[in-house]
Amino acid sequence: MIKATQIIGQSVFYGLFIAATGYLSASPAYQVIEPDMALVKISMAHTSKPAGKCITQTPEQLEKLPPNMRLPVVCPRERSPLYLEVELDGKMIYQESILPAGINHDSACYNYHKIKVPAGSYNLKTRMRDSILTEGFDYTAERNVELAASDILVIDFDSKHQEFIFE
Amino acid sequence: MSTIEGWFGRAFGKELNPMYYLGALTVYLFYIVLVSGIYVFVLYESSIFGAWSSLEYMSNELRWSAGIMRSLHRYASDAAIITIFAHMFREFMRDRFRGVRWYSWFTGIPVLWMTALLGISGYWLVWDTMAQYIAIASSEMMDWLPIFTEPMARNFLTSEDMNDRFFTLIAFIHVIGIPIFLVFGVWIHLFRISRSTINPPRGLAIGTLLALVVLSIVYPAVSHEQANLDTIPASVNLDWFYLNIFPLADSWSMGAIWALVWGVSVFLMILPWFPIKKQPPVAVVFPEECNGCGQCEDDCPYSAIEMVKREDDSPYDEVAVVQADHCVSCGICAGSCPSSTPFRKMDPLVTGIDMPDDSIHALRNDTNTVLENLSEDTRMIVYGCAHAANLDQYNNSGTAVITLPCTGMLPASFIDYSLRRGNVDGVFITGCVDNNCHFRHGNNWLDERIDHERKPALRSRVDRNRVHIFRAETSDQKKLGGALDEFRSYLEGYKPDTVEKEETKEVENHD
Ligand code: HEM
Repeated sequence: MIKATQIIGQSVFYGLFIAATGYLSASPAYQVIEPDMALVKISMAHTSKPAGKCITQTPEQLEKLPPNMRLPVVCPRERSPLYLEVELDGKMIYQESILPAGINHDSACYNYHKIKVPAGSYNLKTRMRDSILTEGFDYTAERNVELAASDILVIDFDSKHQEFIFE
Repeated sequence: MSTIEGWFGRAFGKELNPMYYLGALTVYLFYIVLVSGIYVFVLYESSIFGAWSSLEYMSNELRWSAGIMRSLHRYASDAAIITIFAHMFREFMRDRFRGVRWYSWFTGIPVLWMTALLGISGYWLVWDTMAQYIAIASSEMMDWLPIFTEPMARNFLTSEDMNDRFFTLIAFIHVIGIPIFLVFGVWIHLFRISRSTINPPRGLAIGTLLALVVLSIVYPAVSHEQANLDTIPASVNLDWFYLNIFPLADSWSMGAIWALVWGVSVFLMILPWFPIKKQPPVAVVFPEECNGCGQCEDDCPYSAIEMVKREDDSPYDEVAVVQADHCVSCGICAGSCPSSTPFRKMDPLVTGIDMPDDSIHALRNDTNTVLENLSEDTRMIVYGCAHAANLDQYNNSGTAVITLPCTGMLPASFIDYSLRRGNVDGVFITGCVDNNCHFRHGNNWLDERIDHERKPALRSRVDRNRVHIFRAETSDQKKLGGALDEFRSYLEGYKPDTVEKEETKEVENHD
C-alpha cells in the first residue's frame, strides 16, 4: 500500500523535477548584446584579380601546342589577396588582408567579421583593393548611417556590379 | 549517492525508485519526444514564414492539443538531459564504467552529443529570435573548423539570403537524420547488455508523464518574436539544457570552445582507463563438466557466453565458450550451472563453468568451514554480495557469513546443502535490492531459482520456511540487522522439523 508520506514524497520529487525542467528551459534570460548597442557585420565573398600578369601568346607559340590547349591568353592561377578597410567617423574599425581560399590561393576571398558599436549616426567609409598589380584602392564607398539599438548593418560586396552593399 | 537513492527509495519504494531506472527513463522520455514530435510536425510548416506562424498557431489556437504536445516535446527533451546526466553520474559513482564495462560508457558519449545536436536543431526550426541567435552562433562555430570555404554564417546575413529549402534541410536533419543515428547509437550502447531495462515500471512512467503534462499546462512552451535578420535580439530566454554552449561562444574564442567540446569528450571517453580497473580473472569453461544446457548463456548479464557446437566426442551437442572481453567476473554463470552442486563427491569439485579466483569448490569449502564454527543454539548462514550492505559485522558464533561477488553466483543447491549438513536452522539471503544489482540480474536469478522459476531450481524438499530473502543496500544496514534478528527469533520458535534435521544429517550426495 502506498502511504500518505510516500505520496507527499513523490509529489515533492516530481515537483522539483518539473520545476528544474521548466525553469532551465527558458531562464535565466541571456543578454546577447547590451541594449544600447548595434552590430556591424563585414562579410564578403569576392574573387580578386590574378596575382600576376596575363600573357598573350603569339600565333607561333600557339602552333606548338596541341589544338586543345591553344589559349590565346594565359593567366596565373594565383589570385591577389583582398585588402579591406572600414572607417567609422574617421576611426579605423576594421583593417584586414584576406587571402584567397584554396591550396593554390586561386579561389574567392571570404571574410566574416562582427563589430559591436553604440547605437547612433555615423559616417562610414569602406575601401577595398583586389589586385596586387595596381596601386591604391579599387573600390571605395562612403555612407551616413543611422544605427538604432539592436540594428545589424551588413557590409557586403556585390561582385557582379563591382560595388559595396550596405544592408 | 546511496543517501540520495535512500531519499528516493523512501518516497517511491524500492520498486519505483527512479534512480534504478535512469537509462530506462531516458528511453521513455524519448518515446514522449517521438510521439509529441510527430504530432507537432504534422502541423508544422517548413518555410521561412510558415515555421514560426505554424507554431504560434499551435500554441495559441490549439492550446489544448498541439499546444500541449509542443510543450511536452520541449520538456521531455529537457528532462532527458537531467536523466542522462543522472544516469551517467550514477554509473560513474557505482564504478560501473571501467574494465569490461568501458563499452557502455564509451558508447554513451556519442549518444549524449547526438542528443545535444537533436535539441539544438529543434530550436532552429522555431525560427524565432532565439533560433536566429543560435543559427548564427552555431554557423560561426562551424566556420572555425576547416570544412566550408564560404563561411556558413553568410547564409544569415540578410533575410534575402534565406530560403524555404533551408527549413526543409533542418527539418530533415532534426526529424530523420539525427534520430536515426540516435536510435542506432542507443542500440550500440546496449549491445553488450543482455535484457537491458529499457522500460521504467508503469507507476514511474505514469508519474513522469503526468508531471510533464502538468508542467506543459501550467507553463506552456512559447516562442520568441519571429526572427528578423536585420536586428540582433538583445536578450533571449535560452534553454540552458541544450543551448548553454552559445553564451560561452560569445565570450570565448572559437578555438577555445572547440577545445572544450573535444577536450571534455575525449576526457570522458578515456575515463574508463584512468586508472585501469583490476578485474578478477574471467570465467573458465570445463568442457568435460558442461552438458551444453545453455543456462549460463541465458543468465549472463553481459552477453559474454556463447554456446558453440561441440567438436569432441562428448554426447552433448554444444559447449559454453566465454568471450573474455565481455566478462565482468560476476560468477553468475557458475551459479547457474547445474553441475555446480556441492552434493557431488568429487574433490576438488569441478563444475561446467567457474571463476578461477572464487570457485564453486572454494565456496563449498568455505561453507563447510563457516558452518563448523557455529556453536549457538540457533544457527544460521547468511549468503550475500560484496556490493550491498556490509555483512562482516554479523559474523559470530550463531551466524556464519559468506560474501560472494554476486548472489547470482550462489547455486540454489547450496541452500539445500547448508540445511542438510545439519548444523544450521536457516539460510538468510541478502545482497543488492531488486533492479539494482551491481551485476544487473544476479539477485533476480537467485530469487527465481529459490522460487522454482529458473533452473537449476532449489529442490522442493527444502523447507522454504527456513530460507529467508531480505535484500539490503548500504542505506538499509540498520534494517538488515533488524531482519537478521527477526529471522533468528523466528527460527528459535520454529522447531517442527528438528527431528528431520537429525535424520538427514547423513545425506551427502544427490549427484
Ligand atoms: C540517450 C542517452 C542514454 C540512454 C537512453 C541510455 C540508456 C541505458 C540503458 C537502458 C542501460 C541499461 C541499463 C540496464 O539494463 O542495466 C544503460 C547502461 C549504461 N549506460 Fe546508458 N544511456 C544513455 C546515455 C549514457 C551516457 C551518456 C553514459 C555515460 C557516458 C552512459 C553510461 C552507461 C553505462 C556505463 C551503462 C552500463 C551499466 C552496466 O554495465 O551495468 N549511458 N544505458
